[in-house]
Amino acid sequence: MSKARYFAPFAVLLLIAGCSGAGGGGGGGSAKVVNVLMVNNPQMVDLQKLTADNFTKQTGIKVNYTVLPENDVRDKISQEFSSQAGQYDVATISNYEVPFYAKNGWLYPLDDFVKSDTAFDQNDILAPMRESLTADDGKLYGEPFYGESSFLMYRKDVFAAKGLTVPANPTWQQVADLAAKADGAQPGMKGICLRGQPGWGEVMAPLTTAVNTFGGTWFTKDWQAQLTGTGFTDATNFYVNLVREHGEAGAPQAGFTECLNNFEQGKVAMWYDATSAAGSLEASGSPVAGKVGYAQAPVVRTTSAGWLYTWAWGIEKASKHAPDAWKFVAWASSKDYENLVGKQLGWARVPAGKRASTYQNPDYQQAAAAFYQQTQQAISAADPRNPGTQPRPTIGIQFVDIPEFTDLGTKVSQFISSAIAGQLTVASALSQGQALAAQVGSKYQGK
Amino acid sequence: MTATTQTAAPPTTGVGPARAHPWRAGWVRRAPLLPALVFLIVVTQLPFVATLVISFMNWNALYPDQRRFTGFANYRAVLTDAGLRSSIVTTVVLTVAVVLVSLVLGLLLALLMDRTFRGRGVVRTLLIAPFLVVPVAAALLWKHALYNPEYGLLNGLLTDVWRLFGGHHPPQPDWITQLPKTAVVAALVWQWTPFMMLILLAGLQSRDPGTVEAARVDGAGAWQGFRYLTLPHLRRYLELGALLGSIYIVQNFDAVFTITSGGLGTANLPYTIYQTFYQAHDYGRASAAGVVVVIASIIIATFALRVVSSLFREEVTR
Repeated sequence: MSKARYFAPFAVLLLIAGCSGAGGGGGGGSAKVVNVLMVNNPQMVDLQKLTADNFTKQTGIKVNYTVLPENDVRDKISQEFSSQAGQYDVATISNYEVPFYAKNGWLYPLDDFVKSDTAFDQNDILAPMRESLTADDGKLYGEPFYGESSFLMYRKDVFAAKGLTVPANPTWQQVADLAAKADGAQPGMKGICLRGQPGWGEVMAPLTTAVNTFGGTWFTKDWQAQLTGTGFTDATNFYVNLVREHGEAGAPQAGFTECLNNFEQGKVAMWYDATSAAGSLEASGSPVAGKVGYAQAPVVRTTSAGWLYTWAWGIEKASKHAPDAWKFVAWASSKDYENLVGKQLGWARVPAGKRASTYQNPDYQQAAAAFYQQTQQAISAADPRNPGTQPRPTIGIQFVDIPEFTDLGTKVSQFISSAIAGQLTVASALSQGQALAAQVGSKYQGK
Repeated sequence: MTATTQTAAPPTTGVGPARAHPWRAGWVRRAPLLPALVFLIVVTQLPFVATLVISFMNWNALYPDQRRFTGFANYRAVLTDAGLRSSIVTTVVLTVAVVLVSLVLGLLLALLMDRTFRGRGVVRTLLIAPFLVVPVAAALLWKHALYNPEYGLLNGLLTDVWRLFGGHHPPQPDWITQLPKTAVVAALVWQWTPFMMLILLAGLQSRDPGTVEAARVDGAGAWQGFRYLTLPHLRRYLELGALLGSIYIVQNFDAVFTITSGGLGTANLPYTIYQTFYQAHDYGRASAAGVVVVIASIIIATFALRVVSSLFREEVTR
C-alpha cells in the first residue's frame, strides 16, 4: 500500500478536525494526534477514560488508543516496532523489552526531552526504574507508568496465634521454618503459596529471584549457562522442596491468580509474589483485608532479592510526532496524573511504584498504609544490573534480558513444574534446562 | 484442511446443449462457482503458500535485520527438536484416547436416546449442551470449578461423601498434577461425547425398522440384534465420527493451554507451535513445524481414508 493512499483519509480527517477547532474559537493548530498502543490493564483503562477531559483539553493533542490483552499487545508491538511502520507513536513496553528494543534501534531516546522538561522531574523516578529503562548505550528509552517488585505477604493473625513473628527481612530458611510451623494452623491451611505454573513470567520469576540470592545465575558474564551450577541447583531444590512439603495444593498449575485466590480464601499462611498483589488484598471486600503483614523478599547471600517489573512508555523511533508523543508520556507518568487519579478515582487506583513523591503523599500513605513503606523499600532496593553474587552479561533480575529468554524460560519452567509435580527430579529438570540454555548462550559467546 | 479444495472442482461431463460449444457451455455452468473457488483459494491456499515460503526463511521477529532465506535449516531444527517429537506423541495419545472414549460413551448415550421416553427432548438438549460451550470456557470450568484441589467440585464431593459415612480425612487428590493427561482427556471427552452421540443417533434412526422387526420375529435377542444388525449399520457413522473427531481434536489448543499451560508432558503440537510463534517469535521455525504437520496429516489422512474407511470405498465402487 502506498503511503499517500494510506494517509489520504487521515489528511481529510485532519482538515475536518482543524476546521472544527478553528470554528470552536480555540485556534492554535489543534490538529495534533498521538497514536498509542497499550495493554488492557486496569490502570491503562483509567488513563484512557481521563485523557480527553484533561490531556487533550490542556494541550489540544488528541490521543488515539489501541488497547489489547497482554499476549496480543506484545505480539503487535514487536511486529510494529520491528517493521518501524510509524503507525503508532507510543506503546506500553516492559523493562524486559526496553533494553533489546533499544539495541535494535526501535526506540526514540528520551534524554533530551527529560533534560528540557523540568516539570517532569526525572530524578523523582525511583533509581532502579530509571536504571532498568536505560539501555547498554547509557541512554534512557522509557518512562515507567507503574511498577512493582516482589515481597513476602503473611497472615498476621495466624502467626500471632502461634506466637510467631515474621522478620521484616527474612531469610529463605526462616521462611521455610515458618511455613512448616504454619502448615495446618487452620483446617486446610498450607504454609506458603509459591508459583508453580509453567511460564517465564510465572514460576520462573520468583524462582529466579531465589536463584540470585542463593548465589546462582542463568549465565556467567561470558554467557556460560549455569543451570547445573551449585547456586541454581540449591535454589531450585529449596524452592521445589518447600512447595512440595508446605506449599499450596495444585502447585504445578498455580500462578499469580491461583495464589491470590488461595491467600484470600485462607488456604495459605504466606505468599511470596508481586507487590502489586497488596492492592487486591487490602481492597474493600477482601476477606483478608487488615490481616496481612508485609516483609521483604526472602534472601540468602544477598541483602535484597525482590524483582523489578514495570509497564513503561516507549516512543517509536519512526514516530513523526515525537515531541507530541513525549508530551503524552510526560503527562501519563507525571505526579499530576497520579493526583488526578487519586482525586477522581480513588488513591488505591493510582499507578504507583515509580515515583518517590508518591510515597511522600499523605493521601496515598493513608490509602496504602499497610504496604506502602515495604513496597517502596522493595523497589528501591532492587538492582537490575547486579542482582546476584556475580557479574551478569546483561540487565535483568527475574529474567535475562535477551529476546530468547521468553522461550528458554518457558521451556525450563515446564521442567521445573514437572519437578514440583514429582514427575522429574530437580537434577534431571535442570540438566535438560542446561542443554537449552547452553544453546542460547553459545549464540552470544564471542559477540 | 488444504486438501479439500480439490473436491470443489465441478464435474466435467458435458451433456445436452453443451454439445454445441462444449468448452464455452462448460464455463457458463462453472461461472457461478468461481467466486466460491476464488474465495477458497484466497483464504486457504494463499496463506499456506505464504507459510511455505516463510518456513524456508530465518525470520525471528526480534531480529529483523537477520531476515533471509536459509534453505532447510528450519526443517532440520524441527525434525531434531526433542520437544516437538514428544509433542507429536502427546498429540497422538490425546487424540486417540479422546476419540475412542467419546465414541464409546456417545454410542451408549445414542442407544439410550434412541428409545422413546417422557422428556426425551429435554434430555437430548441437556446432553448436547457441553458441545455448545465455548472450548476455552469449558477448559476454565474444568480447571477451576472441577479439578482445583482446594475449591474444586470433585474434591468437594469426596469430602461430602466421606462426611456422609462419618469420615474426617477425605482423600483430596490433586487431579491435574497426578493425572495430567487424563485430566485433559476427560475435559475433552466431556465436550466431544455429544458430537459423537449426535452422529450415531442419526445413524440409529436411519435403520430400516422393517429389518429390525424381521430379526426380532426370527428370534434374534437384543445383543444379537445389536451385534449383527445395528453395529454393521453404524460402521460408517462410527468411522465418520472418528474421522471428524480426529480432525478437530488434533487441533485442540484450548484445553492444553488452559488446564496445564503445556506442563507435565501435556504439550501437544498446536501448543508447541504456538509457543514457537508467540514465545520464541521464530516465525520461520513455527511455519516449518506447521508445514511438517500438514504433510503428516495429509499422509495419514490419505492412508486412513484409502485403507480403513468404507465410506469412500463404497463411493468408488458405486
